[in-house]
Amino acid sequence: MSLIVDVLLWAIVVALGLAVVARSQSLFVDSLRLAAREFLALLPRIAIGMIGSGFIAEMLPQHLIPSWFGSGTGPLGLIIASVAGALTPGGPVVGFAIAAAALKGGAGAPQVIAYTIAWALFALPRVLIYEIPSMPPRVVWLRVAVSLPLPFLAAWAAMIVGKP
Amino acid sequence: MSTPRRRRAFDWSAAVIAVLAVTAAVVVYFRDGPVRFLAILTEDLGLFGLMLPKVLAGCLIGVFVTLLLPRETIARWVGSESGIAGILVATFAGAIMPGGPFTIYPVAGALLAAGADAGAACAFVIAWTLIGYTRAIVWELPFFGPDFVLWRVIFSLPLPIVAGLAARAIWQSFARRDGGAT
Repeated sequence: MSLIVDVLLWAIVVALGLAVVARSQSLFVDSLRLAAREFLALLPRIAIGMIGSGFIAEMLPQHLIPSWFGSGTGPLGLIIASVAGALTPGGPVVGFAIAAAALKGGAGAPQVIAYTIAWALFALPRVLIYEIPSMPPRVVWLRVAVSLPLPFLAAWAAMIVGKP
Repeated sequence: MSTPRRRRAFDWSAAVIAVLAVTAAVVVYFRDGPVRFLAILTEDLGLFGLMLPKVLAGCLIGVFVTLLLPRETIARWVGSESGIAGILVATFAGAIMPGGPFTIYPVAGALLAAGADAGAACAFVIAWTLIGYTRAIVWELPFFGPDFVLWRVIFSLPLPIVAGLAARAIWQSFARRDGGAT
């Protein structure tokens, strides 16, 4: 699976790269330099996230997960999961690592979906560090406000369909 | 280059996660012993290695697309007069837009400045957050596997559209009220 994804991604890279070369070779060299700088700047974050996530997941109080986020917890479980998601620190992998650990530890799929969606939409560090400086704050708060029901809608759909 | 990006490799959000990670690692070491500690470390290092080519590809795609996609064109497609089609276009653009929060929010800000409306900007950001393929592939897939991620994405498909339309309605009703007051 990982290999297929790699092949696909790099096929896109080559296609786009050729399009840039066709436009201007110096532009292509500049963009390679920019991408390399971005990659190097990302490395320490990803390293911390990936290597740390396993330890963070191991620390979770596994025995509490089924009673808090189990599939039998209903709407209250969804609310707890969504609030927990919003409170989880940002960074690319921490939320996914915790959610995957919770799923293995007996959490219900709709609860885990609500958690990951709430985390993706509301993780405060991401909103404060990246979103507010780049967009007008009024639009950001509007974005947050209209996003509030979304974790519940997705979890509800998952409950009705009975998947994954 | 038209897209200057300031990014520090390490800021306070990274520091918070680093502190969490180190604390967790120390607790695991003393609670579960060095064998368990090493097992987790090797597993995570393996995941990290698998991730690197994807991240590099993501960086390249992000830079290339920013160069190839004229912002003016996008703005024409997703202005406040663009109707539900504009929200759909914004959702689609957000879903296929590669890159991280470093690229997505500046692009959304540029769209707003170039005439996109708040509803389209919200749909764009939410679509990238919930159904963006690079995010799902690079970050989510290794943790959950294809089945879970696929269903999660299917359930998320309508959400940017619903939220985008709601955002546009709220924004326009505020604008009308402000316009009436002045």
